[in-house]
Amino acid sequence: MLRVEGLGKRLGDFEMEGVTFEVAEGEYFVLLGASGTGKTVLLETLTGMMAADSGKIFLGGREITRERIQRRGLGLVFQNQALFPHMTVGKNVAYGLYGRGLGRDRIRERVRELAEEMEIGALLGRMPGTLSGGEAQRVALARALATGPSCLLLDEPLSSLDTGARSRMRALLRKLNRKRMTVIHVTHDYEEAISLGTRMGIMEGGRVVQVDSPERIFMYPRSEFVARFTGIRNFFRGRIRREGAAGGAGTSGAAGEVVEAIFESGPMVFHVTTDLASGPGTAVIRSEDVTISALPPQSSARNVFEGTIIDICRSRPGTEIVIDAGRELAALVTPDSVERLGLAVGARVYASMKATAIQVLEE
Amino acid sequence: MSPGRTGTAHLVFMAFGGLLLLFIIAPLAGIFINLAPGDLLRTAREDEVSASIWLTLAASMGATVVFAVLAIPFAWILARREFRFKQLVNGIVDLPIVIPHSAAGIALIGVLSPDSPVGAAAERIGIRFAGGVAGIMAAMAFVSVPFLVNAARDGFAAVPVQLEKAALNLGASPLRVFLTISVPAARRSILSGLVLMWARGMSEFGAVIVIAYHPMITPVLLYERFGAFGLRYARPVTALFIAICLLFFFALRVLAGRRRDAQG
Repeated sequence: MLRVEGLGKRLGDFEMEGVTFEVAEGEYFVLLGASGTGKTVLLETLTGMMAADSGKIFLGGREITRERIQRRGLGLVFQNQALFPHMTVGKNVAYGLYGRGLGRDRIRERVRELAEEMEIGALLGRMPGTLSGGEAQRVALARALATGPSCLLLDEPLSSLDTGARSRMRALLRKLNRKRMTVIHVTHDYEEAISLGTRMGIMEGGRVVQVDSPERIFMYPRSEFVARFTGIRNFFRGRIRREGAAGGAGTSGAAGEVVEAIFESGPMVFHVTTDLASGPGTAVIRSEDVTISALPPQSSARNVFEGTIIDICRSRPGTEIVIDAGRELAALVTPDSVERLGLAVGARVYASMKATAIQVLEE
Repeated sequence: MSPGRTGTAHLVFMAFGGLLLLFIIAPLAGIFINLAPGDLLRTAREDEVSASIWLTLAASMGATVVFAVLAIPFAWILARREFRFKQLVNGIVDLPIVIPHSAAGIALIGVLSPDSPVGAAAERIGIRFAGGVAGIMAAMAFVSVPFLVNAARDGFAAVPVQLEKAALNLGASPLRVFLTISVPAARRSILSGLVLMWARGMSEFGAVIVIAYHPMITPVLLYERFGAFGLRYARPVTALFIAICLLFFFALRVLAGRRRDAQG
C-alpha cells in the first residue's frame, strides 16, 4: 500500500536519512520514537508539506514523491488538530469536500455520515474554540476522513487527551482500522504503540532503526536505544478475566475500578491489578520487576513461574536472564546475583513478580 | 523593589500617561469648545466643505481598497516565505513612513505627471494623476500603505502555519487556502491595518498638496481657510472633519469587534 524507500530530508542541524519501511493495506502501523527523532518531519514529507531531498514514496504502486500535496491521497491529523478557528465544526468537516464536484446536498449528507461515525453529530454548529480535546480530535479525524484518503496519518493523536478521551479515541481508531483503513500513527508513547499497532517502526535520530510486530520489537530490541526507549522486555497478548472466578481468583467490580484480576496468555496465567473490563489486552512487565530465585520464593509475589534459563546476556543496566516458562520471560539481575545463584543456561529457576508490577493495557 | 516603591513608580507612570492623554485631548477639545452654536451645521451645509469631506473619505477609501489587493497577498509572502534581501524589502515597505511627505509628493509627481511615461500612458486611458482624484489616491496610498502591509504581515505571521498545511492536505488550492484560511484567520490584523491605512490616508496633506491642490481634499481646504481667513474660519471645518473621522473610525472598530464576536 505505502512504500517508503530511502527517504531523506535535511532541516538545519537535523537530518532524516534512509527512512525505509512498508505499510500493507489495512495495517495499523505505529512509528514510535522520542521527541525530536524526526517523526513529524517524516509525516510532513510523506504528505508533501515538505519536499524530500532524497528517496521515493509509493502509494498503491504509484510513485508520489513529487506529487502535489493536494493529490497524494494521504489524510493527516495534526497533533494540535489544526481546526480552522473561524469555521463551525460542520464547515471544518466539509472543507475538503468543496471543489470536488459534489452538490450541496451530497456534501451535507457526507458530513452527517462522518459526524455519526465520529460521534460529533451534536457538535456540528459549534466553533472549534469551544470543544474539549477529545471532541476536537474527533472533528479533526472526521475532517481528514471526509476526502476519502487511502491512508490516514496521525501525529501524536492521543497526546493532548485526558484518560477518558484517550480510551474513547483509541476505540474509534480501532473501529476505523477494522474497516480496513490503513493507519500510520506516530507517537512517543509505548502504551499507545502496544495498544493500537499491528506493526511498529522505531525511529531514532532521523532513521527507522527497526520495523517488526510490537511483540518482537519489545522482546528483541535490535539496538540499545530501542531497549532503553521501550524499557519493556516482557510483552504478553492475552485476555483479562475480571469476574470472580473459582478459587477466589479475580474480583468482580465495575470497569474503571482497580481490582485484582486474572490475565491469561497461553500457558501462563498472571494475577494482576487492573481497572479494565474483561476482554483482550496486553500485559507488560519490566525485566527489572522480575525476581529470579533458585528455590520457590517465600514472598508476597502473587506470580511465580518455574522455567529453564535459555539465555544470559550482559548489558549496561545489568545481566539479562531469559527463561522459558511456557513463554519467554526476561529478568534483569546484577552480575553478583548471577554468581551467587549459580545461574547458567539450562538451569531450572523460579521467576516471580508482584501483581502490581504487571501493567495491563487495553486492546 | 518594595511594594511601596512599586506603588510610587506606578503613580509616576500614570501621571506621565495623564499628561500624554491631555496633550492629545486638549487641542481637539479646544476646537469644539471654541465653536459658536450652529457653526457645525452651517459649515456642513457649505457645498465646498461637504464636497471636500466626501472626496477625502472616498479617495482614501478607494486608495485603501485598490492597494489592499496588492498589499495583502504581498504581506502573506513577507510573513511566510524566506528569500534573499527580505530585510531590504521590509525596509523599502517602511520608506514612506520616514521620508517627509512633501518630498514623497514631489517624488510621485515626477513619476505620475503627464510628462512622464506612466502619467502619459494613464492620460491616454483617461486617468489623470496631476490635479486629479487618481493622483490624490496615489499620494494617500503612498504614505499610508506601509501601515496595512505591516499589520497584515504581523497578522499572517501569527496564524499557525499548520492551518494552511491542513487545508492544502484537504485538497484546497493555494489561492483557496489564502482566501478561506489565511485571510480570515488574520482578519483582526488586516482589518486594523485597513482602518489605519484609511485613516492615515484621510489625514494626508503634504504629498497630496504637491500632486493635486484641486480637487480640494479637506486637509488642503483647512490649510487654505486658515491661510486666507485665519483660525476662526478654519475651526468649524476642522471640527466637522474631526467629528466625521472619529465617527467612521469608531463605527469601523465596532463593526470589526462585532464580527470578531460572531466568529468566536
